[in-house]
Order: sequence, then C-alpha cells, then structure tokens
Amino acid sequence: MNIAILSGKGGTGKTTISTNLAVMAGGNYIDCDVEEPNGFIFLNPSDLKKEEVKVDYPVINDNNCTLCGDCAKVCQFNALVRTKKNIILFDKLCHSCHACKIVCKYEAISFKKREIGIIEEGKYNNIICKRGILNIGEPMAVPVIKDVLKDLPNGINFIDCAPGTSCNVVNSLSYADGAILVTEPSAFGLHDLNMAVNLVRNFHIPFGVIINKYNPKDNRIQKYCQKENIKILGTINYSRKVAETYSSGKMIIEIEEYKKAFKEIVKNLKEVFPWN
Amino acid sequence: MKIAVSSIGKNLDDMVDIRFGRCNYFIIYDTDKGFIKAIANRGQVSGGGAGIAAAQQIIDEDVDAVITGNMGPNSFNLFKTSDIKVYSCGSMKVERAIELLKEQKLEEISQAGPAHAGMGARRGFRGGR
Repeated sequence: MNIAILSGKGGTGKTTISTNLAVMAGGNYIDCDVEEPNGFIFLNPSDLKKEEVKVDYPVINDNNCTLCGDCAKVCQFNALVRTKKNIILFDKLCHSCHACKIVCKYEAISFKKREIGIIEEGKYNNIICKRGILNIGEPMAVPVIKDVLKDLPNGINFIDCAPGTSCNVVNSLSYADGAILVTEPSAFGLHDLNMAVNLVRNFHIPFGVIINKYNPKDNRIQKYCQKENIKILGTINYSRKVAETYSSGKMIIEIEEYKKAFKEIVKNLKEVFPWN
Repeated sequence: MKIAVSSIGKNLDDMVDIRFGRCNYFIIYDTDKGFIKAIANRGQVSGGGAGIAAAQQIIDEDVDAVITGNMGPNSFNLFKTSDIKVYSCGSMKVERAIELLKEQKLEEISQAGPAHAGMGARRGFRGGR
C-alpha cells in the first residue's frame, strides 16, 4: 500500500508528518521530493546503497545526417536545432522520447545515457528508507521520481511528495493507493490545499487531511473540509517545542504529547486506508 | 541584408518586443526589398526552450541579422554558430530600429543575458511548484 503525502503549499510539514508517521506506523519512508529531499536528516538511515538514474539523449552521426531537420521539427521540447552546419542538442530539454530517431530516414541518430540523479536506499531500525536526489542544475525531476517509485518495498510506503501540484506530484500520485494532504491554518495553506484536493480527486483514491501547526482559534480548514466532505485524519499542535525538536534534527514523536497525536493519526489512517 | 525583428505586432509601425524567445511576432525585412512578412513566434507558446524554438524559426528564414531587446544564452549561442549577428535596441517602433541598424547605430550583442528573463511573473523553468 502506497500512501502519498502532499500539501499544495510548501513548508506545511510534509516531511515532518511523513517521517514521524512512517516510524509510528512501521511503514517505509520514500522521499520523492527529489529537488530537495530532506527526510534522511531525521531518519539518518544506515547501510546506504546508491544507484545512478540515467536518461537517454540522442547523438547525431554527422556522416549519415543530411541536415533535413526532421528531428528538430518533431521534437516537442525544442531540444534539437538544425543550423546550416549541424544539428545542435540541448540535452537538458530532451525528454528521452526517441521521436527524433523514429522520424530520421538516414539512421543518423543513436542514443547515449547521461546521469541526472541518484537513488539511495538504507534502513532506519526495521523500516526501509529510500530517496531520489536530482543532480544540481538538472531541470527534470520526473525520471528520478519514476525510478524511485517503479520498485517499492512490500508493506506500507509513505511517499513524501514535492510541494505544489506540478508534474513531480502528479507522477508520485500515479503510484499511490491513498493520499494524505498536509496543510496549515493560514490563507495560503487553505488556498493551496484546495488545489491539492482538486488534483487528488482526479486519481479517485481515498484521501484525508492533517492540519499541522494547528491553532484551535482558527477553524478555516475544518470549515473547508466539512463543506467538501473530507475526513480530517488528525491535528498537530503549533508549539515552540516542536520547532526546537525539529530544528535539532529529532523526530517530534520523541515528545510524549506528539507521540499520542501520531498514534491517533495511525488509528484514523487504518479507517481510511485499510491495511493489515 | 535580411533582418528579423522581434515585434509586438505584425507591422513596421508596431513596437519592438524587447523579449526575444517570448515575443509575439518576427518581422522579416530586407534592406533592399523592404518589408517581406511577419511570422508568429512559435516560441511564445512553447512550454520550455522558447528561445531555441524562436531561433530555429529565424535560422530557417536565412536572415543575416536579428534585432531584439534581450537574448538568453541558448538562442544567442545558436546565432553565433549560424553566423547571424544580434543587435540590441530599446523600446521603439520596428521601422525606427531598422533605420538605426542601417545607420550602424545599434549595438551588437556580444554576450547573452540571463535565461528565462522574458517569462515575467512566472519566472522559472516549467512553472515550478
């Protein structure tokens, strides 16, 4: 069972919720926020295994190329340009779709691979921790995310997604059986929660909301969830203690009050997403 | 000499669009024959690589020079490879920019500006998060 943790708004606590929940529920932690994966700061897994993520890019054989320009014309991502002298590749725009090779009548195109990121996998106690890391300067995160998710361990996997509702989140969600939307009681939190809800509804999977940085005086999220008929899985109280614990790299379930809150969330989770 | 000018509209009395990759039109002009045509910029509607798409169009038109405001690194390097000169001008009518080029009063760009500068408030590749 794969449960995606997303938020819409950044900084609502996806990683805090994912890491603490994974430990509390005995599930695996999968960090798919490959542009800035930071769950390992808290879990610090041991026995790390590393694997490269590679993508195809076209190589033009100048002996066969007639400069007809069909490859540049068919490329939907503007990765190939025909000049008067040669075909120029912009490798970071290439989506490895191979359309250029399909249209080439002169067998002038072959493919090579280049590394755009890595995948790391290790263990924290009994749980498996896996993350993708996109190399600095690479614009495309999706191939790394897909590589992380194509081969997941058995059991419950908590997938820590990127913020927003971009391709990165859409691709992570396409592997999910359920979703947790983390939000905070603020105007931005509500606005972006609404975006995330609209996205998740396209996937027809069960989902619920966790209100982080909860403040009992502000009930805008509850009102919204009631109106939209969305289950609130739990609340995490706003407190200085949490910020101190978090900023020293510790799990917030080390605080008794918060351990209780996460226990409650795990209980509610089992109602929304049934697992053994 | 054949020139391409990035433009807001289709006519010589329209303003120069100071963005290259995301401009609306390119006015193709020949210093001997005058106005040739206006072509819609394919880069304007492209998700990424706008400057590259625009540059491909201009290269295919077989021009000798381009007049625009700013140009990013990708398109700039493509023009350099294709021996097409790039001239920079401020906000003015297309016909005025062409006059200035004829009088050799426009500055040739020797270095590319920053990438994604023409994307306005949505600055950043692919719209980000």
